Amino acid sequence: MIRVEKISKEFGNKQVLFDIEFEVTKGEVLGFLGPNGAGKTTTMRILTGFLPATRGTASVAGFDIFEKSLEARRNIGYLPESPPLYYEMTVKDYLEFVARIKGIAWNEISKRVEEVMDKVNVTHMKNRLTGKLSKGYKQRVGLAQAMIHNPPILILDEPTSGLDPKQIIEVRELIKNLSGDHTVILSTHILPEATLLCERVLIINEGKIIAQDSPANLDKKLKGVEKLYVEVSGPKDEISKSLRDIPGIIDVSEDKVADGHFGFLIESEVEIDVRKDISRTIFQNNWDLFELRAFGMSLEEIFLQLTTKEEEV
Amino acid sequence: MKNIIALFLREFKSYFLSPIAYVVLTMFLVITGYFFYANISVFLDYMMNMMMQAQYYRQMPPPVNVNEFVIMPLFHNFSIILLFMLPMITMRLFAEEKKTMTIELLMTSPLTTVQTILGKYLAALALFVIMLLPTIFYFVIIGIYGNPELYPIITAYVGLFFLGASLMAVGLLISSLTENQIIAAAVTFGIYLLMWTIGWMSSFAGPKFAEVINYLSIINHYNDFTRGIIDTKHILFYISFAFFGLYLTFRSVESIRWRV
Repeated sequence: MIRVEKISKEFGNKQVLFDIEFEVTKGEVLGFLGPNGAGKTTTMRILTGFLPATRGTASVAGFDIFEKSLEARRNIGYLPESPPLYYEMTVKDYLEFVARIKGIAWNEISKRVEEVMDKVNVTHMKNRLTGKLSKGYKQRVGLAQAMIHNPPILILDEPTSGLDPKQIIEVRELIKNLSGDHTVILSTHILPEATLLCERVLIINEGKIIAQDSPANLDKKLKGVEKLYVEVSGPKDEISKSLRDIPGIIDVSEDKVADGHFGFLIESEVEIDVRKDISRTIFQNNWDLFELRAFGMSLEEIFLQLTTKEEEV
Repeated sequence: MKNIIALFLREFKSYFLSPIAYVVLTMFLVITGYFFYANISVFLDYMMNMMMQAQYYRQMPPPVNVNEFVIMPLFHNFSIILLFMLPMITMRLFAEEKKTMTIELLMTSPLTTVQTILGKYLAALALFVIMLLPTIFYFVIIGIYGNPELYPIITAYVGLFFLGASLMAVGLLISSLTENQIIAAAVTFGIYLLMWTIGWMSSFAGPKFAEVINYLSIINHYNDFTRGIIDTKHILFYISFAFFGLYLTFRSVESIRWRV
């Protein structure tokens, strides 16, 4: 549905995107994840035809976004970071205008506007000025605007930013209902949102894609090392040494001492489950095991690890 | 075409949803009304003097022409007032969209740049025509109490329309260059003033250059219209001027994509 080939973007001398490349299949929900200024919005603006790319190209619904820009745009519904509302117009007038410029036949417009207002639940606000709406309603009208021509592709830039928790849940519900019929790309810097909504996540930092996979796979892959915590009582140095001898264990560090128990943080390779070897070692040496637990990293940690540069303290 | 109509309707309605249209229309009527009253007063005063002189010398009073003494100066006043009013009509056209980023909606919708520009330009033009309409009333009043020639009034309106249309193309261009409406209005007004007063310089320039300067002065082309002359030379000047302005606007709007 969407194919992006080696897109680079420069603003003056500053390069903000470096050879971005990805594909989205029909009906998929793809999440762009990255800190502010990573290039999420720029990538979306290029896809929607607002900005030209410096190098590279992309096709949307089979249309090249530079050669066949109008056809490509017809297949996209786009919600920019701040909903593009004309504040002096009422919700209904505004949506009718958008319907017209998106090329809906004029006799179907009022029906379509009713439908889409119903979908995002703003029908009771249809005679209000868009400028007087609360942030949550503005966002909903923005969503309505994006899907008014029933485009196969929806591109949503931070659809939940600045909303209160209740509104966030509502907008997420909306997006969830949209997936399936529509191919959706959304950007976010909130991880739980990506895990919740997206089938695939693309992590962007400083204009580069640094990882792309399903949230579950990403979780697995990015762990890189498995972390374990063991609490044992016995001779400290000996324990440490024999733990280190177990194949698959990369590093052992002492954590804390309490009541004669020693805590160890163990890093091991992902593919090997070292827990049985650890317990066997401990029992064979007649030490006492108090605790053995693995802790995986949450996506939040992965995100932080991926997107913050490691700096020596 | 449908797209142009859609854009035109939105833009035109927006004028009336904000105070702009009302303020501009009212101000234009107040100022032109004042000039109408002043011109008529001066004319009556002049007539009175002529009558008294004629009586003193026991002669017939000379024929005075209301077209020449009232209507022509009035239309000249109109053209100057336009220089002040039109920047207020054109300032928001692109500047506001750039400020609120609704331009992003237009540029990601299946619209061409030409459609966007024409929709906005025609909306401004329509407001301008609506602004001119009530002034017809002045000439109805003159028609009731006097005996003016109709033809020069019509040609003067035609001239006013072409003058306004070409001025507004400049305003549209300036609006597309900034996202600040005040800057758009101020720069547009400055350019209008220069285009008007550049003709004054012609007496200090060499004969060849004076001709060029006179040709460039946008109000000079309007004078013939107020005299009841429709010269294709002047119409061509205004049309090519407007076209040039719109073309530059086209380039400017296209480049917004590179400048955002």
